[in-house]
Amino acid sequence: MAGTIRVRATSSGDTTEVQSLIRHPMDSGFVKDRQGKLIPAHHIEVVQFEHGGKTVFTALWGPAVSKDPYVKFSFKGGKKGDDLKVSWVDNKGTSDSLVAKIQ
Amino acid sequence: MNEFSDAHNVARRTILKGAIAGSLVGLGFDTFPFPAFADADAKHWPGDAFKQKSEADALKALYGKSAQASDKVSLDAPEIAENGAVVPIAVTSTLPKVTGIAILVLENPNVLAAAYKIPEGTQASVSNRIKMAKTSKVVAVVESGGKLYSATKEVKVTVGGCGG
Repeated sequence: MAGTIRVRATSSGDTTEVQSLIRHPMDSGFVKDRQGKLIPAHHIEVVQFEHGGKTVFTALWGPAVSKDPYVKFSFKGGKKGDDLKVSWVDNKGTSDSLVAKIQ
Repeated sequence: MNEFSDAHNVARRTILKGAIAGSLVGLGFDTFPFPAFADADAKHWPGDAFKQKSEADALKALYGKSAQASDKVSLDAPEIAENGAVVPIAVTSTLPKVTGIAILVLENPNVLAAAYKIPEGTQASVSNRIKMAKTSKVVAVVESGGKLYSATKEVKVTVGGCGG
């Protein structure tokens, strides 16, 4: 799956703030479709953020994270032009990744 | 999801991964310029913790201990959430050596909503959006220096986010 990740990483002083938005249904497994059948759980399990060969943040998500999940965090280090890699994998084994430039 | 289908999914995933890796090697793609470091890996996902029905059980499964209330954990959540499908939650802490942050919704079918690993150099602060089935206490848990600290806030939900 490609093109699901949008990320904005902004460096300010010695800190980089990262905001990311991933397109994903995040089906909880508790919602029924129009025919009254349960839609099986389909959600992202792990999102990893890497900078300079180091994992700077890991999200572990259950089905109670909202559709098209958003997350924001900050880490020390990171300069304008550095690469920030984002990757995710869901409970069906689907995955995507993206390398963004820190602004 | 029951134990059987979980095991089945994991087995299927492993087989698929093996098949993909095998086919790439076979085609001479083993030197393909993959990114320098590994992608997110589902084997790090604490599936057991996400199945628990109580705060105590979820924290035990995730961290192996229980939490004590602390005013050094700050939980920012709305008093009233009109739409339970999208409830913005932010957790920050002034505690030292924070290694993890978890968000639990006590009235959800499974209480653990999200957990974050905070390596050294990353701030003890996270914002995200979660689903709430109904009005519930939301608990933010911060792991600091090997101990767990929590803050709790009740969020009233007008329209639930887990129903049909």
